[in-house]
Amino acid sequence: MSTTTEQTGAPVVPLGMPLVGGSHTRTQGHGTAGLEATETERSERLAAVREGRLGSVHSWELVTAVDGPGTRLTIFLSGCPLRCLYCHNPDTMEMRRGTDVTADELLTRIARYRGVFKATGGGVTISGGEPLMQPAFVRRLIRGAAAMDVPVAIDTSGFLGAQATDEMLDDVSLVLLDVKSGLPETYKRATGRELQPTLDFGRRLAARGNRMWIRFVLVPGLTDAPENVEAVADYVASLGEAVERVEVLPFHQMGRDKWADLGLAYELEDTEPPTREATEAVRDVFRARGLTTF
Amino acid sequence: MTITAAASDRSDTVVPAAWEGFVAGPWTDHVDVRDFIQRNYTPYEGDADFLAGPTARTTGIWGKLSEMFPAEREKGVYDVDPATPSTITSHAPGYIDEANELIVGLQTDAPLKRAIIPNGGWRMVQTSLETYGYEAPQEIIDIFTKYRKTHNDGVFDVYPPNVRAARSSHIITGLPDAYGRGRIIGDYRRVALYGVDQLIAAKKLEKASLDMERSVEDVIRDREELSEQIRALGELKQMAASYGYDISQPATSAREAVQWLYFGYLAAVKEQNGAAMSLGRTSTFLDVYLQRDLEAGILTEDQAQEIIDDFVIKLRIVRFLRTPEYDTLFSGDPTWVTESIGGIGEDGRPLVTKTSFRFLQTLYNLGPAPEPNMTVFWSERLPEGFKKFCAQVSIDTSAVQYESDELIRASWGDDAAIACCVSPMRVGKQMQFFGARVNTAKALLYAINGGRDEITGKQVAPVSAPVEGDVLDYDDVLAKFDKTLDWLAETYVDALNCVHYMHDKYAYERIEMALHDRTVLRTLACGIAGLSVVTDSLSAIKYAKVTPLRSADGLITDYVVEGDYPTYGNDDDRADDIAVWLVRTFMEKIRALPTYRNSLHTQSVLTITSNVVYGKNTGSTPDGRKLGEPFAPGANPMNGRDTHGMLASALSVAKLPYSEAQDGISLTSSIVPAGLGRTKDEQVTNLVGLLDAYVLSSGYHMNVNVLNRETLVDAMEHPENYPQLTIRVSGYAVNFVRLTREQQLDVLSRTFHGAV
Repeated sequence: MSTTTEQTGAPVVPLGMPLVGGSHTRTQGHGTAGLEATETERSERLAAVREGRLGSVHSWELVTAVDGPGTRLTIFLSGCPLRCLYCHNPDTMEMRRGTDVTADELLTRIARYRGVFKATGGGVTISGGEPLMQPAFVRRLIRGAAAMDVPVAIDTSGFLGAQATDEMLDDVSLVLLDVKSGLPETYKRATGRELQPTLDFGRRLAARGNRMWIRFVLVPGLTDAPENVEAVADYVASLGEAVERVEVLPFHQMGRDKWADLGLAYELEDTEPPTREATEAVRDVFRARGLTTF
Repeated sequence: MTITAAASDRSDTVVPAAWEGFVAGPWTDHVDVRDFIQRNYTPYEGDADFLAGPTARTTGIWGKLSEMFPAEREKGVYDVDPATPSTITSHAPGYIDEANELIVGLQTDAPLKRAIIPNGGWRMVQTSLETYGYEAPQEIIDIFTKYRKTHNDGVFDVYPPNVRAARSSHIITGLPDAYGRGRIIGDYRRVALYGVDQLIAAKKLEKASLDMERSVEDVIRDREELSEQIRALGELKQMAASYGYDISQPATSAREAVQWLYFGYLAAVKEQNGAAMSLGRTSTFLDVYLQRDLEAGILTEDQAQEIIDDFVIKLRIVRFLRTPEYDTLFSGDPTWVTESIGGIGEDGRPLVTKTSFRFLQTLYNLGPAPEPNMTVFWSERLPEGFKKFCAQVSIDTSAVQYESDELIRASWGDDAAIACCVSPMRVGKQMQFFGARVNTAKALLYAINGGRDEITGKQVAPVSAPVEGDVLDYDDVLAKFDKTLDWLAETYVDALNCVHYMHDKYAYERIEMALHDRTVLRTLACGIAGLSVVTDSLSAIKYAKVTPLRSADGLITDYVVEGDYPTYGNDDDRADDIAVWLVRTFMEKIRALPTYRNSLHTQSVLTITSNVVYGKNTGSTPDGRKLGEPFAPGANPMNGRDTHGMLASALSVAKLPYSEAQDGISLTSSIVPAGLGRTKDEQVTNLVGLLDAYVLSSGYHMNVNVLNRETLVDAMEHPENYPQLTIRVSGYAVNFVRLTREQQLDVLSRTFHGAV
């Protein structure tokens, strides 16, 4: 896992994790209860990881109304290439903090909830962390789920979109794409990384006809500049029909304690959540472009 | 055996005018309400668009009562008649607004005026009167202390010492030994369908069938009970007559059907102060009458709704005189006028009718309220329009609870109803001996402490070897716990047998049983509390390291837990299997014991909000819960330990086998509206999906509270602004502002799922 050129994001030890969309209402990692943790020899483990049989999992949760339609099994993977200043789950930033779980173990759990998915119109959402940090593992999960006719969503920043093969995307019914900023400088300041890969990935999805829900986290003083909001909105509007909805997620402070628990410096200590009016105003910017926005 | 040819006093060929337009069948020859419903109801598969709002008349009557509620809330009661022990005919007619009431009848001669019902026990009456500043005339006191023995007196004459000890140490709690047991549902529909005279004739035939039997104890008791039932039916007619109604014949119109049915119910609540006085499954039955009048053009939708609204107003003001301690145990002042709505028939047709909708509509027309306890029998196969309306009402009012129609129908048929919160029974064919519950968490502590109480140090269970050593060993604790459960089951069933023997003897439910078949299935409804505490405690002992802390005299009073352990409520089989084990094991032990009147052993996992009281009386437990901290309600996982979402939590509960808990398994879930979706449509769709998923996963019951935390906090500060705020807690709804502060805080801290 390479670290980056210059350190403009949150001052984190390797690997970071963005606030990933739907997880915005959750305040803590919930662990891997019910999943059997796997312990293996180092070489064997590396082979298993390479083949996607083993992955680093932060937690799972059955959620409704976030992370896609219906009731979903959201699987949070560990590890992320971004270090968003506003990350509310910094404990999922590093892959090493996760629990080793086999793809088979997760697929067994997915199978267990087939009835739930069917009854609620839900499915599986692979989130993180950044799922595309573990492409082989994710590919295996998606294939396995698709083989059971379980709809799969991935929740990604798009930064590693190039890791997603066309074959993989054929099996994905929905992409929750985080567009954290519309301006490269703001993106870099917020995440420590480049914006371009996300833009490219979104365009690729649009061209392929993959359904998308776009997420944008509104952080006062960081992402709320009108020109930034306009830039995000313009970009999203340019993706056309593939975008089903836009979610503007107001920043909150529920992740603050986690930064402290991890001994990490938290730059947004004093940032207040945006007001209701400010959030609505930003949503209106998207709505003005004909986008269904919440 | 069944039934009761009631046809003797009418010609076989002439259909009474009251039954004009109904399809005949076996129900015309003998009492069989289910058969009548099946042959005559009109399933409704549409949506809620047809519903009517409240009329000015409805709003006016509800307004009158609403003006009285603040005074009642302030004082605890609005008024009491301390001088007249309540019977079916004891009080002169009462009205809210005589000229405008469509459905009449009150428990006493004025609304919200409570009566004394001393047959259950005089002390309860005495304490209640003292609390609220009333005094009974000396003559009445003399009657119930000198001349007339009560149920309460009877029970304490026969309790063995071990039952008394278990009772005072709160390991067996809430026994109906000082008040009416309740949880018996008269088939009040029979009054409307047949009229009282036919019911009396049928009962006389039943009694005659015993004439040739040898006069042994069971037969003598049956004869006496039937005589009492016949007498009660006569009094029912008399009471109705005092309101100007002759109910000897079948009801001829929709309004009469509701009125007749309500008189039957009213007679029951005039005579019994039962812990739960449930209504049954009346909406689809009544729909047959409403539909007939609508089709005949003599009733409009506005009028149909008005009749149901007026009926529900009456059900909302059922009141009993109870002590504050009782109200603390049961949270608020519940009457559990449970009405079971919906479900699917055995032939696959939904039992949903327009009147199923009309009942729920009262929550809009009159505003949300805890009573009647609206209970929807949920199946994935329910019509979409009804499912969506239920979900919408839940989201708007939180005043609906759900039970699995699939599990109930499979066990008890399609004419079963819920008594209280989760107890199913075939209407008119089954009754239960309400058994409250035992505290299994305390039993675990007794096992660890060699039978001594962890708070008082007293020896309550038989002496056994307490655990030794520095770390609790799973197998050791489990073996000891198993032994303690043996003792607990024996003591418990002993207590219940005493209680129900005496209740039958001194506080027999004459009118409710008159509206049953002679041969009924009786269940002995045992119950357990503390399931999640025991489960997590055993899991901690098994998967983490638990060190007991001993007081000077060797009593273990606290525990140190080191390391993580799987907890109940995360769809994690390691923990959930322990919960299943407990339910199975205790049921097995109960089943091994003989019961009064050969009643069928059942069990519930239900605690109502008394989970606060149970917690108060239970020392620290090996799961890390401290002395006095509340339990989770019902079968719920412990607060905050279910961390994988509401449905994962529910799926743990759904693993408890209904076959081993046939009296019901209760789950309470609180969610905020935003946790169900972005738009109202999405919220409704998602709640429907969740209920489908839960029931498909064999979940039995779910209370759904959809509300904002902020709303509750504000209601605690400004109760005057939320007189009607209703929340559902373990099987029934309560007025939030009537809970104690402690209970309100508990509701808040209870898993408040931001996202489902």
